Amino acid sequence: MMNERPDPDALLARVDRESAKARRGRLKIFFGAAAGVGKTYAMLMAARERRAENLDVVVGLVETHGRKETEAMLQGLEVLPQRQVEYKGAVLREFDIDAALKRRPAIILVDELAHTNVPGSRHPKRWQDIHELLDAGIDVYTALNVQHLESLNDDIGQISGIRVWETVPDTVFEDAAEVELVDLPPDELLTRLKEGKVYLPQQAQEAAKHFFRKGNLIALRELALRHTANRVDAQMLDYREGHAIREIWQVNERILVCIGPNPLSERLVRAGKRLAVSLRAEWIVAYVETPQLQRMPAEKRDAVLRILRLAEQLGAETVTISAPELSDAIIRFARERNINKIVLGKPTRRGWRRWLFGSVVDVLIGHAHNINIYLLGSPQGAAARHENAEISLFKRGSLPGLSQRGAAKAKRRYLGYVWAVIVTLLSTLFAYAVFGRLALANLVMVYLLGVVYVAMRFGRGPSIVTSVLGVGIFDFLFVEPYYSFSVADSQFLITLIAMLVVGVVISNLMINVRSQAKVAAHRERRAAVLYAMSKDLAASQTVREVARTAVRHVYTEFGSRNVILFANPYGRVCHAKQKPLPESLLGADLTVAQWVFDHGEMAGQGTNTLPGAAALYFPVRDEDKVIGVLALLPVNLRRVFLPEQQKLLETILRQIGQAVGRIHMTEQARLTHAQIEAEQLRNSLLSAISHDLRTPLATIIGSASALTEDEGRLQPPDKLDLCRSILEEARRMASLVNNILDMAKLDSGILDLNKQWHPVEEIIGTVMNLVQNQLADRPLKVELPPGMPMLYADSVMIEQVLINLLENAVRYTPAGSPLEIMVKSASKEVEISVADHGPGIPPGLEERLFEKFYQAKHETAQSGVGLGLAICRAIVEAHGGKIIARNRSGGGAEFIFTLPLDKSPPVLAEN
Amino acid sequence: MAKSYPVIIIIEDDPPIRRFLRTSLATQGFSVFEAETGKQGMVEAGVRKPDLIILDLGLPDMDGVAVIKAIRAWSNVPIIILSARSSEQHKIDALDAGADDYLMKPFGFGELMARIRVALRHGSRLADNGDAEIFSVENLKVDLLNRLVWLDGEEVHLTPIQYRLLSVMVKHAGKVLTHRQILKEVWGPSYQDNAHYLRIYMSQLRQKLEAEPTQPKILLTESGVGYRLKI
Repeated sequence: MMNERPDPDALLARVDRESAKARRGRLKIFFGAAAGVGKTYAMLMAARERRAENLDVVVGLVETHGRKETEAMLQGLEVLPQRQVEYKGAVLREFDIDAALKRRPAIILVDELAHTNVPGSRHPKRWQDIHELLDAGIDVYTALNVQHLESLNDDIGQISGIRVWETVPDTVFEDAAEVELVDLPPDELLTRLKEGKVYLPQQAQEAAKHFFRKGNLIALRELALRHTANRVDAQMLDYREGHAIREIWQVNERILVCIGPNPLSERLVRAGKRLAVSLRAEWIVAYVETPQLQRMPAEKRDAVLRILRLAEQLGAETVTISAPELSDAIIRFARERNINKIVLGKPTRRGWRRWLFGSVVDVLIGHAHNINIYLLGSPQGAAARHENAEISLFKRGSLPGLSQRGAAKAKRRYLGYVWAVIVTLLSTLFAYAVFGRLALANLVMVYLLGVVYVAMRFGRGPSIVTSVLGVGIFDFLFVEPYYSFSVADSQFLITLIAMLVVGVVISNLMINVRSQAKVAAHRERRAAVLYAMSKDLAASQTVREVARTAVRHVYTEFGSRNVILFANPYGRVCHAKQKPLPESLLGADLTVAQWVFDHGEMAGQGTNTLPGAAALYFPVRDEDKVIGVLALLPVNLRRVFLPEQQKLLETILRQIGQAVGRIHMTEQARLTHAQIEAEQLRNSLLSAISHDLRTPLATIIGSASALTEDEGRLQPPDKLDLCRSILEEARRMASLVNNILDMAKLDSGILDLNKQWHPVEEIIGTVMNLVQNQLADRPLKVELPPGMPMLYADSVMIEQVLINLLENAVRYTPAGSPLEIMVKSASKEVEISVADHGPGIPPGLEERLFEKFYQAKHETAQSGVGLGLAICRAIVEAHGGKIIARNRSGGGAEFIFTLPLDKSPPVLAEN
Repeated sequence: MAKSYPVIIIIEDDPPIRRFLRTSLATQGFSVFEAETGKQGMVEAGVRKPDLIILDLGLPDMDGVAVIKAIRAWSNVPIIILSARSSEQHKIDALDAGADDYLMKPFGFGELMARIRVALRHGSRLADNGDAEIFSVENLKVDLLNRLVWLDGEEVHLTPIQYRLLSVMVKHAGKVLTHRQILKEVWGPSYQDNAHYLRIYMSQLRQKLEAEPTQPKILLTESGVGYRLKI
């Protein structure tokens, strides 16, 4: 459970965190065309200047590669020690992000932005480490080569023939506060290379030599310069906008990039990115999943997923649309989102096929009148390269568990062909039986029925087999000349072709219908899941219940053990204390959970942060505030990362967040209500006490002062009178104070009942002994049948109840009138009543009497504070009993309370 | 040296209560000495050879129970403790540690005198080694030597445990005995926590010895603490 009142320290910490977020660190990138242009040197130079300005500059990590000039630059700068990581037997040195965060310098130098961390590090990539440093409000200096930029990666690969896998998303480059271009003409760079001043890794020597060709270097330099220029251009635009230089500006420029399950998609995304940057436009990458596409092998679908992620990294919004038809879906989406540019791959169908089956591009051009369409061609020899590219796409961090498919499908398909043969044989048997009695056209119909059946049940392949087999056998057995495949009458050719076409068309239709039904069923199930969950969540009354409900539903939907973790008032995520459900995930990693809670981003297996963790961690938000973390141990990453599942999970997380938020609000409201009530109570307490304490005090002080200031004029009987009233009033005050203390004890919940086994008569005997003075002039009858069971109760408390009831009776009935105590036992409880013969209870007040500070008559001489009955009720209810007040039929009031007999008394050991 | 007046030591840190006790006890013919702290009280107790000690449980320097234990190490002098209402368990601890009786604040002078009288009688009985005699209160007579009990002159038959319980009560007549103390003496140390045994036997005993078991006159209940045999 989360406590609603955070302690001040936690609040302060949160404020600190938030203000740190507000003054996010600034990133400065030293940008170069290739290794060896002097980025590190320039970076150290800048750092020394800052140091000279007395700024707190620290070197987090700088690769000097043993170069003397660079090493000399390091002197006088504080260098953080590196982390030693063991990986596959070798000890590697890595940048220590935790040490950097702990040290909290103003500026930190971290070289090689594109570096990939050793597996097992917090983030897979260094740029993610730097992101976290910036989030913590630390300024970062770093260095980057142009070839590592994600959007240029592909182009440079084509230019230089060498593709690097270490890339940095363009957003990192774009969001940098400053980019300083470190430029060196190619000739000079080549000279430095010859002099051995450029560090090249040992194993890559050969490849690197190939890379450092003058032509390559010129191209890279141009790209670096142009990219920097683009940035400056963008800054200029920003400046103009910021300074209200208003021009007519196409704010609504929106680009839609449509991708499919082919290798061209990656290039489409990069091209879309470049277009979006140059137009300063919003861009959306869409993948339309048609029924055909859904039947694709899992590997291809995963490739699409990966490209969508790449697009996200490049700053695009990504959408997956499920629709029966590609072009319709694109047009509808484009209209909805006001798209004015669409980027597509060149149509793959050519010639007659394009003319016959149409092409998406043609349909789009035909329908989307005010949309510009850009087509991207594939480079020459694409077909051969496609395969490679496809494979490489998986190599680049394929998700474990993503490619799993059972053998069941293959078996089913195999079964289809068997059926195709069986159905054809059956049709033949039937046709053979009726041959001669029916026209040949009707026999064809028999075969056609078989084809339709197979098409419906087993899909295209088997239906084609059925058609071909059917046509063959029909021709062989029933068409003249018999027992030969030659056809005498050419009109049977038409029959044959028609049969084939009908088979294919029907199977296609059936497949579409079936996959649409599947999609619909999926959707329906998802809706049902959400509906069921929202219903259960709405019924949950506590955060604990919400968590349990959510865990169960997430388990049913994703088949993964999971747990929802909340933070304690200090903002530390901790395990719940409650008993785990069978679906609960035990041993979630709190460090990862804490990171997710603090950063509001997902982490764990298959993500960019702490991918080494076994589970996946998602933030649970209520509005914008992260209130908890869902940890989920995926049985199969596909079930979590498929776009539709991801959307479902997002909705589920939102629902959980809202449910928790709602409960917090209710809690808050209840607390406020309770506070108001407590306030009212305090007020009535104050007024009651001020009256009921002051009255006796007035008598005491008055009488005592009369006695003290007596100058011998008071007669002995007068003195005695005064003393008596002092005594009486003091006693009244004592009982009042006792009541107030009792009530305070009961209210504060300190009261813990000291329950033991007591004979009823002993309790009553004690009470009678204690109140005998007050009852002096009243006859008290006790009705106690023999053989009463023992009571399991706190005797002192129950005695208090009886005393209060008796005192009450004495106070509100005429002197001398008799009182009665009656005890009755039923099967499950004992009933004790205190009855009088007084005026009774005014009708309608039976319940109000038990309220605190309620008095039958206000400000009377015999008043107490009105706590006596409230105390009785609190005590009786604490024992699990009930107390009521009512008028007796023969006149007078009766107070009845019950005590449960839910335990059997202990047996006496024979002694 | 023969003492003409019984000596009472009051160990209490609150001056008004001390003043009230001193004044009222002096008029009743006691020699009263006062101590403000536990340590001072123990010194007084050693020096004055008191007949009775009145001890407040809430002392500034040390726990009242510790004072009782220290005194009980060398003396059987009757100790009456004064306690505030909220400290029930504290009170039981003090009685278990050897205090004879207790008074709950606020208390009246009458109550105080009654307790003092009982305590002094009890103390003198101990001094006289007088537990061998026949004990009698109201209409009850107990012969501890011959293990006989009479009610209104007629012999009453008790079971062994009932008799043992009664004899323990008689031996400490007038003194408040906690449940724990009685259980220990009647059933043995391993039964100290079985208070319901005691309650059942006590109620059986009352059925036999009291005229009106719901309004006992001899075997009195001290609510939440234990029992006392009236003297």
